[in-house]
Amino acid sequence: MDYFLTEEQLMIKDLARQIAEEKVVPVREELDEKEEFPWDIMKVLAQSDLFGLFIPEEYGGLGKGSLELSIAVEELSTACLGVSTTYAANALGTYPILLFGTDEQKKKFLPDIASGKRLVAFGLTEANAGSDSGGIQTTARSEGDSYVLNGTKQWITNGGEAEVYTIIALTDRSKGARGASAFIVEKGTPGFSFGKKEKKMGIRASATRELIFEDCRIPGENLIGKEGMGFIVAMKTLDSSRVGVGAQGVGVAQGALDEALKFARQRVQFGHPIVSFQAIQHMLADMATEIEAARALVYSVARFIDSGAREVTKVSAMAKLFATDVAMKVTTNAVQVMGGSGYMREYPVEKMMRDAKILQIYEGTNQIQRNVIAQNLVREAAKTGK
Amino acid sequence: MPVRIDRDKCTACESCIGVCPYEAIVIKEGRALINEYCQMCSICLTVCPEGAIKEYEEEAKAGEMQDLSKYRGVWVFAEQRDGIIAPVSYELLGAGRRLADTLKVELSAVLLGGSEADALELIKWGADKVYFSDDPIFEKFNDEPYAELFSSLVNTHKPEVVLAGATAIGRSFLPRVAARLRSGLTADCTGLEIDGGTRNLIQTRPAYGGNIMASILCPRTRPQMATVRPKVMKKGEYGPARTGEVIRVEAGGLKSRTRVLESVRETSSHKINLQEADIIISGGRGLKNPEGFKLLEELAGLLNGAVGASRAAVDEGWIGYSHQVGQTGKTVCPKLYIACGISGAVQHLVGMQSSDHIVAINKNPEAPIFNVATYGLVGDLFEILPLLIKRLKEIKEK
Amino acid sequence: MNIVVCIKQVPDTAEVRINPETGTLIREGVPSIINPYDMHAIEAALRIKEEKGGKVTAITMGPPQAESALREAISLGADGAVLLTGREFAGSDTLATSFALASAIKKLSADMVICGKQAIDGDTSQVGPEVAEFLGIPHISYVRKITGLEDNSIKVERMMDEGHDVVESQMPLLLTVVRELNEPRLPSLKGKMAAKKAEIKKWAPADIEAPAEKLGFNGSPTQVKRIFTPEAGGERKILTGSPEEMVEELIKELIKKKCL
Repeated sequence: MDYFLTEEQLMIKDLARQIAEEKVVPVREELDEKEEFPWDIMKVLAQSDLFGLFIPEEYGGLGKGSLELSIAVEELSTACLGVSTTYAANALGTYPILLFGTDEQKKKFLPDIASGKRLVAFGLTEANAGSDSGGIQTTARSEGDSYVLNGTKQWITNGGEAEVYTIIALTDRSKGARGASAFIVEKGTPGFSFGKKEKKMGIRASATRELIFEDCRIPGENLIGKEGMGFIVAMKTLDSSRVGVGAQGVGVAQGALDEALKFARQRVQFGHPIVSFQAIQHMLADMATEIEAARALVYSVARFIDSGAREVTKVSAMAKLFATDVAMKVTTNAVQVMGGSGYMREYPVEKMMRDAKILQIYEGTNQIQRNVIAQNLVREAAKTGK
Repeated sequence: MPVRIDRDKCTACESCIGVCPYEAIVIKEGRALINEYCQMCSICLTVCPEGAIKEYEEEAKAGEMQDLSKYRGVWVFAEQRDGIIAPVSYELLGAGRRLADTLKVELSAVLLGGSEADALELIKWGADKVYFSDDPIFEKFNDEPYAELFSSLVNTHKPEVVLAGATAIGRSFLPRVAARLRSGLTADCTGLEIDGGTRNLIQTRPAYGGNIMASILCPRTRPQMATVRPKVMKKGEYGPARTGEVIRVEAGGLKSRTRVLESVRETSSHKINLQEADIIISGGRGLKNPEGFKLLEELAGLLNGAVGASRAAVDEGWIGYSHQVGQTGKTVCPKLYIACGISGAVQHLVGMQSSDHIVAINKNPEAPIFNVATYGLVGDLFEILPLLIKRLKEIKEK
Repeated sequence: MNIVVCIKQVPDTAEVRINPETGTLIREGVPSIINPYDMHAIEAALRIKEEKGGKVTAITMGPPQAESALREAISLGADGAVLLTGREFAGSDTLATSFALASAIKKLSADMVICGKQAIDGDTSQVGPEVAEFLGIPHISYVRKITGLEDNSIKVERMMDEGHDVVESQMPLLLTVVRELNEPRLPSLKGKMAAKKAEIKKWAPADIEAPAEKLGFNGSPTQVKRIFTPEAGGERKILTGSPEEMVEELIKELIKKKCL
């Protein structure tokens, strides 16, 4: 199916695919087994200019948009979600600075991010604040021209490996929805440490850690936007990054389908390759159709975001919801098509199935996404007075 | 030679388009046409079912035609390394003797470095004359002095055929000689024949990564030069009573802009030289990890053989490159070659398919290795090899 | 340092298959790539440029489609590219090719010329040394490591049949390189975008002052007489049964054939 990508977009797609095939596929099994952070691949991505895709040219990036980023994330995801999560989380952590940062902040942090010299992480989730992100308890106390952070963030992707962290913390509990602010915290700041690396079901190459703030003092100029804008920064950040998760779903599903199809053409039972059996054909047909629908939705939403549209929340939630549910379904069925072999670690699909699960959970669970979609539906209806 | 398609005979079946490696054939006005991308590789000549593709003689705008009759004799570059004559030198004398006898000319050898005793040995292996220099500049191999003296000797004495081993040394300096003499050099030959009437040397060699064989001629210039693949030609007959002439050559004044500071031999823990071994046990991707090679080493130890590997195993880092057999590794020709977990890609076959007996052990019954194996065992090498080792141990004990 | 890298666009011979019925090459679907050894040559040149400064120019002799190989070299980081193209160059053997390349390189004033060890279609490994001879510069073949580089001298490890030599040389010189030398980089996006816009110099025989009789078919002392596919002959037997039975039969056969 032709999505009428521009020559540049095709270049990005080809390059990301080349990296996925030549650099990621050969090592994905080992990275998963050893739960090893993919530094070598991050170096390759840096050298190929992919970290700068979505960063404006004046700060050393290529000034491209959501569609370009989604294309790159999709290709990397066909090879390994652990790697693509590490890469995509970088964008997640950068959006606060990109969308709300001052020119000084952008000049200070974006060039190193664009060159891949420094990785980024986004810190919102806490032990008591998952879906209920309003329940965060990490505080940022204003003291003269600095802030002092106290609290713990949980399950932060790239935690411990990234050097730049964008953190949402409470500046005034009494102000409720206007009580939080967004900050930039650099690794190595006294009072900023990390918990142990979490052991996960999947995306084991991605590093997930607690961020621990104990009287961590940061300069006042590290405040992003104004005090009280914290949750707005978070919501807008997630609006931008959701479509990337959708792209991850499309990618891992495509990778799983490719493996299942390859296997089904070779595997002979009852004297025939199993791909000639209707049961298998129907499964493969459904998988392929769902992937194409997910891809079409993700690309459309990405294009919509890139057009400068302001109301992207509902559709970006839809893209994330649909594509990630498809990913879970397709990867599970890929294992099924491959039968016993699909279950064995020797073949890549069981990893894809384990990896895909997180897509339905992080960056807003799919239940929260449904809430968001429904709320927006109702709001729109109310506006038009239907 | 330039190639043309006879448009009257062409039926546009497109068989030729499918084989052209350079996408040089297109359909124009309903007939096949060769365009300017053609590299004259001649692959399309054999494919046309109508015989519509033919070579044609273009008027050679070559410079002065050389007087080829002035060139007589077969010469062989006898390679020495650290004072030891390389075995390929004896193979060259064997092939050279055969060619010289067909052409009814003398066989000479050129020895740079080594000793006069070595030169005398070369005569016993078949050379009628040996041009020899023990100037210290030849002790270590440097391209320029080797090329300069060799070229000047060839230019003075005008042999019609010059052979060298397709070794690191031969393949490096002989091209400089070819450029200096402006004559043809064919690399890595596996076959050499004389074309009776013309006295042309027909040089046969693999190309396209070993996928095809090409026969090359050098009809317009002399000498006709070739580097010859080691372990393919038969060694010459050793005649302890043979006599000949050793001619000392002056090498004074030769300079080298390169200098060898150190020569390092790399040996692995496996003592037996892969190319000298009669039995080789070889492992490929199917071994899954370096431990798999321990099984092969055990079997090799029992049979007094050497351990080889496919490129896949070497690329994975399971064993060193010196064990690699194949197009980019060594060519071997043992009595028995046992391929374990090797699929049999063409690039590997090229390095071992002339082995006397080939045994293949592979899980995949479709593996191409079974097309060349004398004995094929479809199964798990991790089951079969231990059984084989056990049985051989039992037989040995009896 | 001014470095020239000689590259060649070749069919990916690792992917080439033989038609089992006709015994001929199946070319369809086989991609054209930069000769793998030349990728290592480009990488070596780029690393030297990064360390010492200078310029890297890629050059190739080939049909018009070879331009894409040069653009790929630019996307990896080469600063410029030259394409020697024209009917006059067609049908060249290694001597004519080397002469043409050397004539072109003379116009580029190179401090160093780097080539891949061999092209995977011709497999001769002759062009590098022949170009060096035509340029009148020394060469070192099969370089697997560069251990020292000054403005006027270089020290390398050269692979030999039973190990390696440590070789020192004056500059300018030509190197042919092997895979062990480095890990070629992937193109960067900025590189790919630059490659799209880059101007490729196209040179004809007149531009390199090369007389017609030394080029192409006329300048080639060697000719291909015929091409054929290698035969695989001899008896073949697939052993059957349990692993124990197969092993038993194999040993019996091998003893019969005096292999053991």
